[in-house]
Amino acid sequence: MIELSHIDRHFQVGDQLVKALDDVTLHIGAGEYVSIMGPSGSGKSTLLNLIGLLDRPTAGRYRLEGTDVTALSDVEQARVRNSQIGFVFQMFHLVPRLTAAENVELPLLLAGMAAEERRPRVDAALEALGMADRAHHKPEQLSGGQRQRVAIARATITEPRVLLADEPTGNLDHKSGGDVIAILEGLVDAGITLIMVTHDPAMGGRARRQLKMMDGRLASDETGGPDDTA
Amino acid sequence: MNTADFLSLTSSSLIAHRTRSLLTALGIAVGIGAVVLLTSIGQGLQQFVLAQFTQFGTTIVAVNPGKATTAGTSVGVFGTERPLTLDDAVALEQLPYASAVVPFVQGNAAVEYGSLSRRTTIFGAGPAMPDAFRMAVAIGRFLPEDDPTAPRAFAVLGSKMRSELFRDENPLGRLVTIAGSRFRVIGVMESKGTVLGFDLDDTVYIPAARAMNLFNVDGLIEIDVMYDEDTAVDTVVEGIRRVLTARHGRDDVTITTQQQMLDVLGGVLDVLTFAVAAIGGVSLLVGAIGIVTIMTIAVNERTNEIGLLRALGARQGQVLSLFLGEAIVLAAVGGLAGLALGTGLGQLLHLAVPALPVRPSLFYTVLAESIAVTIGLLAGVLPARRAARLDPVEALRAE
Repeated sequence: MIELSHIDRHFQVGDQLVKALDDVTLHIGAGEYVSIMGPSGSGKSTLLNLIGLLDRPTAGRYRLEGTDVTALSDVEQARVRNSQIGFVFQMFHLVPRLTAAENVELPLLLAGMAAEERRPRVDAALEALGMADRAHHKPEQLSGGQRQRVAIARATITEPRVLLADEPTGNLDHKSGGDVIAILEGLVDAGITLIMVTHDPAMGGRARRQLKMMDGRLASDETGGPDDTA
Repeated sequence: MNTADFLSLTSSSLIAHRTRSLLTALGIAVGIGAVVLLTSIGQGLQQFVLAQFTQFGTTIVAVNPGKATTAGTSVGVFGTERPLTLDDAVALEQLPYASAVVPFVQGNAAVEYGSLSRRTTIFGAGPAMPDAFRMAVAIGRFLPEDDPTAPRAFAVLGSKMRSELFRDENPLGRLVTIAGSRFRVIGVMESKGTVLGFDLDDTVYIPAARAMNLFNVDGLIEIDVMYDEDTAVDTVVEGIRRVLTARHGRDDVTITTQQQMLDVLGGVLDVLTFAVAAIGGVSLLVGAIGIVTIMTIAVNERTNEIGLLRALGARQGQVLSLFLGEAIVLAAVGGLAGLALGTGLGQLLHLAVPALPVRPSLFYTVLAESIAVTIGLLAGVLPARRAARLDPVEALRAE
């Protein structure tokens, strides 16, 4: 469902051309669980942003569900992000002045869904992540693990096909990190396509398909994680 | 995004920063308050001044000797033009639409009664004066319809003149001495108050011919012609000019209509009101700068949030309108508070100084609020555009 062919992403920094992505060709099928690993500056976040339509390639073609999304306008890309892609960030990125429920509600609100239609979906999403009793708490009243669960509820509220996670456990202790990974893997079991950027080999090793990046290129593409042997 | 959600999202960030939102709105409130208060006073002043003039009626045309070449007072009194005479006044009475013609002579003289003496303004006038100027007689009657060239020596007192000279005594039938001549008091006018600083009650009215003798002048200073309301003012002016040109051999009078005077005066007062509104506008400008500042800070602080909104599928236009909305709400709320502030202060001022007329103007009130909203819009445009154009990746990464 995600087809990247010969993708370049170049940045001009001063008089130096930085090749953040250099001729990346990658196919990811529906329901795959993919981790992207590599040292910092290897281009893994750039790749994720590009897949998430937050960034446009300098060259190459990106087809999502058969549609060439590189050619879409800003407005159309926004609609695709809203309905087909979910983001989970290392920094959670919850809006501090809004409650957990209001944060989860944001994508539906931006899509123009009516309030009475949104409410049951938000309640269900929070319930599923065990956050129902924290629905009216502000982010500052929640622990890191709880915040990330709210963020996951928000990322999945529009029932996207693809979930992009950038170091989702990077700001969490071992225990809550494990919880978050379990939740994400549960979503994979339910059919979502999960692409996770991490620099933690233990975390990345759990994915069925592991991509390693180096200097803007795909260094390796291995299939077969611990789940695979099960 | 539907409107209710838009408003709640917009106000959520303003409420999150209560103090600074209030202070920013206060800047606009002071500006709008100043505009509303100052224009209320300006409007009140305008209506007050116009009322002072129109209390004498608006269907009056004044004829003065001499040709005025500028808007100043005619120099005819000192010049060589033919003076306006009582005969001219009689002739003007023949105009079919002239409902009243009042000749005027003015001078100062001492008025004596018994041991009391008071120096005051003496008006030589015609019997039609109360009709023409909507003045009423309190007791007795006004000057009678005598032969205009040889009227009897009657006097009518202003209300203040009466109380100063006669105290509680009934003045009717008494003889007063004006500049050495004796006049019989036949009436007292109702109090008319002061008009632009001139006390209309501190006067004595005597027949115009007597006044001309008294002050040794051979011409009137003015003839006022009151005309029927359904006659066009131009017809009246033309009629007067024709009659006087025929009598004088040439056109040597200045004719001023009350409407012209009101127009000029109204124009001056409009400029005055506009000027004070502009002064209030300066403080509005300062308020607008406050909004630009605070919105710029808000965009900087919430760069992450902007990136997030874009990642969640917000279009550039939605981000733009969110920030623009905040600026407009700030300005509109400030504007409403300013309206309340300005109107409240105006009423307070009116209670404290009843003489100062305060008239809130709906026009300027609506204008002020629209200006507030427009200011919000303009002040918000730059920061909001910056927010909308942020690169989502950069925005998410910002510290």
